[in-house]
Amino acid sequence: MTEKIDFTLNGKPVSLEVDGDRDLLWVLRTDLGLTGTKYGCGEGLCGACTVLVNGEAVPSCQMSVRYVQGADVVTIEGLEKDGELHPLQKAFVKHDALQCGFCTPGMILKAHSFLSEKPDASRKAISDAMEGNLCRCGAHVRILEAVSEAAKEMKGGKQR
Amino acid sequence: MKEITSANSGKISSFSPPVDRREFLKTMGILGGGILVYCTVGDSLAQEGERPGPRSLYPEDWNAYLRIGTDGKVTCFTGKIDMGQGTITSLPQIVAEELSVAYESVGIIMGDTDLCPWDMGTFGSMNIRLFGPALRKAAVEARGVLKELGAEKLGCPVKQLIAQDGVVFDKTRPDKKITYGELARGNIIERHLKEIPPQTSPADFKIMGKPYPHQDGRDKVTGRAKYTGDIRLPGMLYAAILRPPAHGAKLKSVDLSGARQVEGATVIQDDDLIAVLHPLPDRARKAVEKIKAEFEVPATETDNETIYDHLLSVTPKGRIISRGGDIREGRKLAKHVFEETYKVGYLAHAPMETHTAVAKMENGRMTVWSSTQTPFPLKDSVARALGLPPENVRVLPPFVGGGFGGKSTNKEALEAARLAKLTGKPIQVCYSRSEEFFYNAFGPAAVVKIASGIDKSGNIVFWDYTSYHAGDRNAEARYNIPHHLTTTVGSWMMAAKGAHAFDVGAWRAPGAGFNGFARDLHFNLMAEKAGIDPLEFRLRHLKDGRMKGVLKAAAEKIGWKPHKGPSGRGWGISCSLDANSYVAFMGEIEVDKKSGKVRLKKIVCAQDMGLCVNPQGSTIQMEGAMTMGLGYALSEEVGFKGGKILDENFGTYEIPRFSWLPEIETIIIDNMDKPAQGCGEPPIVGMGAVIATGIHDATGAKVFRLPMTPPRVKEALGRV
Repeated sequence: MTEKIDFTLNGKPVSLEVDGDRDLLWVLRTDLGLTGTKYGCGEGLCGACTVLVNGEAVPSCQMSVRYVQGADVVTIEGLEKDGELHPLQKAFVKHDALQCGFCTPGMILKAHSFLSEKPDASRKAISDAMEGNLCRCGAHVRILEAVSEAAKEMKGGKQR
Repeated sequence: MKEITSANSGKISSFSPPVDRREFLKTMGILGGGILVYCTVGDSLAQEGERPGPRSLYPEDWNAYLRIGTDGKVTCFTGKIDMGQGTITSLPQIVAEELSVAYESVGIIMGDTDLCPWDMGTFGSMNIRLFGPALRKAAVEARGVLKELGAEKLGCPVKQLIAQDGVVFDKTRPDKKITYGELARGNIIERHLKEIPPQTSPADFKIMGKPYPHQDGRDKVTGRAKYTGDIRLPGMLYAAILRPPAHGAKLKSVDLSGARQVEGATVIQDDDLIAVLHPLPDRARKAVEKIKAEFEVPATETDNETIYDHLLSVTPKGRIISRGGDIREGRKLAKHVFEETYKVGYLAHAPMETHTAVAKMENGRMTVWSSTQTPFPLKDSVARALGLPPENVRVLPPFVGGGFGGKSTNKEALEAARLAKLTGKPIQVCYSRSEEFFYNAFGPAAVVKIASGIDKSGNIVFWDYTSYHAGDRNAEARYNIPHHLTTTVGSWMMAAKGAHAFDVGAWRAPGAGFNGFARDLHFNLMAEKAGIDPLEFRLRHLKDGRMKGVLKAAAEKIGWKPHKGPSGRGWGISCSLDANSYVAFMGEIEVDKKSGKVRLKKIVCAQDMGLCVNPQGSTIQMEGAMTMGLGYALSEEVGFKGGKILDENFGTYEIPRFSWLPEIETIIIDNMDKPAQGCGEPPIVGMGAVIATGIHDATGAKVFRLPMTPPRVKEALGRV
C-alpha cells in the first residue's frame, strides 16, 4: 500500500510516496540512490546496512520505511560536512581501518551511535558494542584503534 | 625501435586475445596522447603450480602497460583487481619509484578488459610476486625512454641526463630540463630501449618499502566507493532467480502465475533459467517467492559426518609431491611410530559483498560489471555462453567487496548477461546471502593421514604424508628427514569426480591451512614423545635458514621459553612455506576445560616475503589473514546434507567477531634484496596449527579435526 512518508535524510527533508512495508535499505539504495548503505545478509546479522534513525544505529534491512515517518535518518553519505570528514571517517582513513570497505559504512555508523551515548567508552566496551558488525577481511584490530581515537576527538567538543 | 611481438599466435586464438595493439593505441588516443611502454610477463605467470589451464594458454605478449600523460600524470593498467588486498596502492608505488615521480601522480586502472592487458585473475598471492616485476620492468624502461626523448629535445647525450622527480635534466646544467609531461606532449610515442637500465637498488628506495595507506580509504569511508550493486543504469531491472532446494535437484513442475500477478514484474523462463525482473530489487525478490515449483531432489548421500569415509573411498590417482629414501627402511629405524588422521570440513568464503553483476547489451556489444576476481576468464565465459565474439564483450570490475578465492566463480554474471541479452534491458543480479552460501565454491572437506617415526634420540626417521582432496599447497614438510614421502590425492582444483555434492574451489591459501594444521600438530606429538621443546624440535630438523629465521623472530617477539610439551601454558607454534613466503606463528592459547571453548590470547606472525613493496599494506594483510583464520580454526564448517546446504546466513555460519580478537603482533623480515613473494595468503596458513598445538600444550588434548569447536575440544580432553 502506497503511503506518504516524510522524514529527514542527512539533514534534508524527504517526502516519499511508497509502500510503507518496504525495507528502508532498498528504499535508500534504490528509490533514493544512496548506495553507501550496503546489503550484506538481509536478516540483521551483519551490520553492513546500518543507518542512524534518530541517532540510533539500526539495521535498515530490518526496518520498514513506514517506521521512519517523521524521523531523522543519517546514512554514511550524511557524515561528511562541507568536504570535511567526520572524526570517525578521518580516523578510519588514518588507521587504514578497512580493506574491501564493504562493511565500513555500517561500522562507522554503529560506532557513531555508540560513542554519542558513551563517549568515555573503554576499548573493551567499544569492542562489545561493535560485536554485531561483521568484517570478513579482518580489519577489526584497526577498527578498534580508529574508533578509540575518534572517541577522544568527539569527546573533545568536535562531536556532531 | 623494437618490434613488439605479435600476440596472435595460433595457440592462444581460442582463448581471450590480448588487447589488439591498434585498438589499444586508439583507446589511448581517446584518453589523450602519451608514452606507452609495453613489456612482457612471459613465462612468469605460468610458474605457479596449482592453477587451471595448461601453460600454453598464457599469451606471450606484453602484459603490463603504463601511460605518461601530457599533464605528467601516470596511469598504470593491470588486469588484476582490488578486493581489499591493497594492490591498488602498492602497484602504483612500484611505478612511482622506478619512474621517479610523485606517488600521488600515479593512477591505476584495474581489470577493465577493454583497457587492460590480459590477466588470468587475482588469486594465489601473485600480484606483487608475479605481476609486480613486469610492471617494474615497464617503469624502468619508461624512465629510459624519457631520457632518450629528453636527449633529443635538449640536444645532449643520454648519459648526461638524469630523469628524476618527473623531470629530465642535464646533470652538468640542471636548468636545462624538460618535464615528463612535456616530453609526452604531441603524438602517441611508442618506443623500446635496446638496453634496459638497472632497477633501483633497495638501498635507494624512496617509495617502495615505505608504508603507504590505502589510497581508496576516503572513497570507502564516505560511501562514494562504487561496488557492482551500486551501479544504476537507466531502465535497469533487478533479477531474482528461482533456485533449487539442493544441488542436483531437477525441476519437475512450475507455476509462474503468482509472480506474473505482481505489478511491474516480468517473468522470464528460458530453458533452466526462471527469473523475475522488476525495477525494484526487493519487489523482484518477493515476486520470485510466489513461484510454485516442485523439484526432484536426489537421495541424500553424505553429510558432515559421513563425508570423510566417502572422500577416502573416492581416490583418484595420487601425485607424489616429494620423496626421499625409503619409508619401509625408515619404519625399521623408528623407536616410536605416530599414525593419525586429520580432517577439515567445507569452508565458505562469505565475503561481505555477495556475488553481484550488472549486464547491458547495446549494439551487439555486452558490457558486464561484476564483483569478480577473474575479469578476463569471465569475458571468455560470457562470449562462449552467449555466442558473442570475445571482442564484443567487456568486463569491468568496480570495487570488489572481498573475494578470498570465492569470486573466481561468476555464475551470477553469466545469468545477468543472459537476461540482458534476452530482454535487451540492463539487468542486475545480486545474490541474496542464502544464494551466496548455496552457490559458493567451498574450500573442500579433506583428510590428511600421517605416519611418522622418531628414533631414540628424537630424530624423525620417516614421514609418510598423504593429503586427500586438500591439494598440494603447504603439503610438503620442508624438514631434514631421511625417509619421506608426500602424496596428494585429489585437490580443491578440478575436484575428483564424485567427491563432492557441490562445487569446491580455492579458499584463501587453498588447502594450505589444513595441511599446516595436520603437520604441526603431528610435529608436536613427536616433540612431546621425544621430550624436546617444540621449537627446538623444529629447528633441529630444519635445513632452510629463512625458515629458521622466521621461527626465531617470532620466538623472540613472544618471549618463547623452551619447554617440554604439554607445559600447561598453552603455547602454540607453526611454520610454513606458502606462496613462496616463509611464515612462522606463535601464540598463547587458553582452554576452558569445562566448556571446551578455546581462546587465542596472543598471536605473533613473522613473515619473510623478500621484497616488501608496502609494509603498511602487508601488515594489514597479515592482521586480516590472522583474524580471518580464527574462523577456520574455531568455528567455520558448512553444514550440508547431500546437495542441500544447511547454512544460509551468519546466524549459523559463524565468522570471527570483535570479541574473538587476540593481541596481534606482526613481523616483516627485512629481506628487500630478495624477489617479492606472496603476502596475502601465507599469514592465514598457520592459524589452525598454532591453535591446535596451543590446545595440546595447554591440556595435552589432541584435536584432529577442524574447526576445533567446543564439543570437539571436550571430546579430545576426554581422551587425554
